[in-house]
Amino acid sequence: MANKVERDEVTGVETTGHEWDGIKELNNPLPRWWVLVFYATIAFSVVWWILYPSWPTLTGYWGGILGSNQRLDLDRRMAEARAAQAQWLEKIATLDTEAVAADPELLSFAMRGGEVAFKENCAACHGLGGAGQFNYPSLADDDWLWGGTLADIEQTIRHGIRFYDDPDTRDSQMPAFGDILEREQVEDVVQYVLSLSGRAEDGEAAARGSEVFAEQCAACHGDDGRGMKELGAPNLTDGIWLYGGEPQDIRAQILKPRHGVMPAWQTRLEDEVIKMVTIYVHNLGGGE
Amino acid sequence: MIRRHEIVEKRAFVLAALILVTVSIGGIVEIVPLFTIESTIEPVKGVRPYSPLELAGRNIYIREGCYTCHSQMIRPFRDEVERYGPYSLAAESMYDHPFQWGSKRTGPDLARVGGKYSNEWQAAHLVDPRSVVPESVMPPYAFLREKDLDYDDIADHLRANRLVGVPYTDEMIAAAVEDLRVQADPEGDYEGLLSRYPKAAVGDFDGQPDRLTEMDALIAYLQILGRMVDFTDIRTEDIIQ
Repeated sequence: MANKVERDEVTGVETTGHEWDGIKELNNPLPRWWVLVFYATIAFSVVWWILYPSWPTLTGYWGGILGSNQRLDLDRRMAEARAAQAQWLEKIATLDTEAVAADPELLSFAMRGGEVAFKENCAACHGLGGAGQFNYPSLADDDWLWGGTLADIEQTIRHGIRFYDDPDTRDSQMPAFGDILEREQVEDVVQYVLSLSGRAEDGEAAARGSEVFAEQCAACHGDDGRGMKELGAPNLTDGIWLYGGEPQDIRAQILKPRHGVMPAWQTRLEDEVIKMVTIYVHNLGGGE
Repeated sequence: MIRRHEIVEKRAFVLAALILVTVSIGGIVEIVPLFTIESTIEPVKGVRPYSPLELAGRNIYIREGCYTCHSQMIRPFRDEVERYGPYSLAAESMYDHPFQWGSKRTGPDLARVGGKYSNEWQAAHLVDPRSVVPESVMPPYAFLREKDLDYDDIADHLRANRLVGVPYTDEMIAAAVEDLRVQADPEGDYEGLLSRYPKAAVGDFDGQPDRLTEMDALIAYLQILGRMVDFTDIRTEDIIQ
């Protein structure tokens, strides 16, 4: 390459000596504003290194002269948020759910807070607004497996149902009657259970089934089939079915029952949040 | 100043030397912390190596690319802590090779999903996410329920993890296959398993008690996520470095 500097005739700018198909590259400098901003960012980063945690050192890292720490910052922000709601949260923390629900202002606060927590933690199974779905009971009706008072609901939320990791969890097991009853007896009981909601297809079978029911099922589901909340045994007369109400669904549940599991929330949610969710669920429509 | 770069650009040796200096700075900044990384792991109790079934599930989690849509990293921000629970600690992923922090949340963070849903829900959700969460955009993973888990080499997976620093004992490696089977056996005797791997979720996971499928392993893994450390007694002062 030639050593002598070549100047572009039109602009008077030096070329770099590079040429492609007759097009020459001019050696224009970077715009001054761009260069200044570039140097400013470098200077800014030096200031940042000094103020905030930045460089690794042989024994750890440079923590910055401001003493900034994300985890402590978070504590402060959480405390600020708590303080902003303290007038309600402190009361909810000390009162039981009955007393909270009796205070219109606290009730209103708990309903909003409970709804937020419900959406994140409960709606995946129980549906938005507690509508429920197959396998997961509706919380918006007045049909309760384990009881629908505030205390019952709070107990269920805290300790769950058949949750292996909580010793106080609600627990009950329906035996697999496929191993206990004759096949004909099972069919009779299916007819009897259908008859409880006025849907029997075979009156004679239902009559035979009532005897089997009295012997095998009434201990938990009650003589009249209305269930027993202490045992989580559902009411079989109300036309509300957790695992389906068609003859084949009822048969399947008798032969080899499903046992729903609900996690315990005591270790996941704060005490006040559990109370708020309890009140929210109780107020969805069917609280006792 | 504008044309001083010519000094560098026209002298190959100077250019090479300066490149070396620049790259070294970047290298040092990345390498030096590795020598002091122990000091970044918080002194918390409860973190243990994954049980063989959880490890097999973790391998499926990685194979299926779950990390491309789910993070496992709750950041210390109020909105995240209020939604997901306590922020993630370095200690909680010290036995993860590689860690599954992820960088994108098309789905929710999974760092504390363990125990949040029942096994039945997890299985139904993996088979058809929209059957339980109507607005979900997650693809279905029903095939995991049909694929028997291949676990002949599970002890080797434990050994490989031991090579990179996970404290699997000889006892754990010897019992690996048995522990894996027992964890997914609804009638199993879990005493040995739970003494080696406390808090492990046990029983049938995928709704097929007679089969040990890939879905069993994946749900066993999901059910331990975020549950090893008990946060009730941890104060911030103890875990800031």
